[in-house]
Amino acid sequence: MTAGPEPGREGVAVAREAVDLEEVEVDALLDAVYRYYGFDFRQYARPSLRRRLWRRAALEGTSTISGLQERLLHDRACMESLLLDLSINVTAMFRDPSFYAAFRRTVVPLLRTYPFIRIWNAGCSTGEETHSLAIVLAEEGLLGRTRIYATDINESVLLRAKEGVFPLEQMKAYTENYQAAGGTRAFSEYYTAGYGGARFDRSLTEGVVFSRHNLVSDRSFNEFHAIICRNVMIYFDAKLQDRVHDLFHESLVRFGLLSLGQKESITFTSHSADYVALDQADRIFRKVR
Amino acid sequence: MTPGRLELVAVGCSWGGLAAVTRLLEALPAAFDLPTVIVQHRSEAPSALVELLAGHTSRPVAEPDDKDRVLANHVYVAPPGYHLLVDRHRFTLTTEGPVRYARPSVDVLFESAADAYGPALAAVVLTGANDDGALGLARVSAAGGLALVQDPATAERAAMPSAALAAVPTAVVGDIDELARTLVAAVKGPVVP
Repeated sequence: MTAGPEPGREGVAVAREAVDLEEVEVDALLDAVYRYYGFDFRQYARPSLRRRLWRRAALEGTSTISGLQERLLHDRACMESLLLDLSINVTAMFRDPSFYAAFRRTVVPLLRTYPFIRIWNAGCSTGEETHSLAIVLAEEGLLGRTRIYATDINESVLLRAKEGVFPLEQMKAYTENYQAAGGTRAFSEYYTAGYGGARFDRSLTEGVVFSRHNLVSDRSFNEFHAIICRNVMIYFDAKLQDRVHDLFHESLVRFGLLSLGQKESITFTSHSADYVALDQADRIFRKVR
Repeated sequence: MTPGRLELVAVGCSWGGLAAVTRLLEALPAAFDLPTVIVQHRSEAPSALVELLAGHTSRPVAEPDDKDRVLANHVYVAPPGYHLLVDRHRFTLTTEGPVRYARPSVDVLFESAADAYGPALAAVVLTGANDDGALGLARVSAAGGLALVQDPATAERAAMPSAALAAVPTAVVGDIDELARTLVAAVKGPVVP
C-alpha cells in the first residue's frame, strides 16, 4: 500500500480501505475546536464523545460530523451548546446513597482530625453533589470549618451550581436517596419551594468556592484533605485519566482521601500503588505515598 | 449471510430478560468463548443480577468498571444507572440521561459496538415491553454485523423483538435455542456441541 491516495478508476480513491471516515472527521473537528476555541476534547473517550457529537449534529440539522465542524467554527452559539453537551454530567442529589453512607462512616472521622478542612469537588457540574456533601458535613458538625472548592470546566453550569435551585419534581427521589444515605432529618428542611424550583439553604454553600478549572489543562491550585471526583473521568480516555490522577495525587495531603464513582478503578492507572482502598465498593481511597 | 469472524456478542432485553438471558447462556456450548455483553433494563437500585446469571454459566460474569478490557469468555452486564459503551477492546461508562427512559440503554450499547466492531459483532434482541434496541440493531446491521431477534411469538413480551424486526427485517429470527445455534455456527473454528 502506498503512502498517498491512489487514483481510482472512477475518480479519487481513499488512502486505505480500512480508514474510518468518521474517525477522520472527528479528529479534524476536535483539532479545529482546540485550535480556534482552546477547548481540548481530543482525549475524551471516543464512544461517548462520538455519541454526543452526533446528538449535537442532529439538533443542528447537519448530516455529517464535518458539517457540524463548519457550524461550530462559524457559529459561537453552536460551540456554546456543544460545550454544555460535553460538560453537563447528569447527576442527582445523593446519587449512590451507599457512597454518602460510606462517606459518613469512613471519611468524616478522618476529616474530624483536621482543624480546618479543604475538599475539592472536581467536575461539580450543576452542583447536586456539592450540595449533598455540604448537607452531610453540616449534619456531622464539620461544615463550619470546611472549605469546599467546587470546580468545573464550564462557567454556566457553575452559575447554576451556585444558585442551588433544583427541580421540585426531583425532591421525592432526592428525599429517598437522602434517607437511604443515612440522613435522619426531614429533607425538606434544606430547601424552600419557589424561584422556579427547590432553592437550597444558602448557608450550605457559604463555605463553597465555585470556580472554573479545567482538569485537562489546568494545574493543581491547593492542597486538599479530600478530593471528590465521581463519574467525571469516565468521559476521558485512559491516558487523560492518568494525567488527572497525577494532578489529584499532587493535590492531596499525605493520607488524603480520593473518592471516585462506583465503577471507576485506579487499578490500572499509574498511581495504583499510591493508594489503599478504605471502601472498595464505594471507591474511597487513601493516599499512602 | 456470511459474516466475518465474530469477536463480540451484544444482547439487549427488558421485561422477561433474566429468564431469556439465562436460557441463552445455558444454550451456548462450553467452548463458546466470545465476550458477551448484556444490557438488561433495570432500576438504579443494586440488584443480584450478576449473581443470578453466574449461577447459570461456567463463564465469569461481572459488571465492568470504566475502561476495563473486554476479555474472552467473560459475560458482562451493564451496571444500573450507567450506559455501557464499548470501544475496540475496552468499556466506557457514562451517566448521561436515560435514552427513552432506559439507562442502561440497549441502543447505546449496540450503536457503540457497531461502530467499534462492525462485521465482527453479533447483536441479539430478546424479550421486552418497549422498542429500545431497534435503532441500535439497524446500526449493527448497516455496519455489516449479524442481527438476531428472538421470535416474538416465543418471547415473554413481544414488543421489543417486534420493533427490532420491523427495523431489521433481514435479521435472523428464532427461539432462543435457535439463536444460540446461529451464534455458534457464525463463529469460525471448531465448535464442541
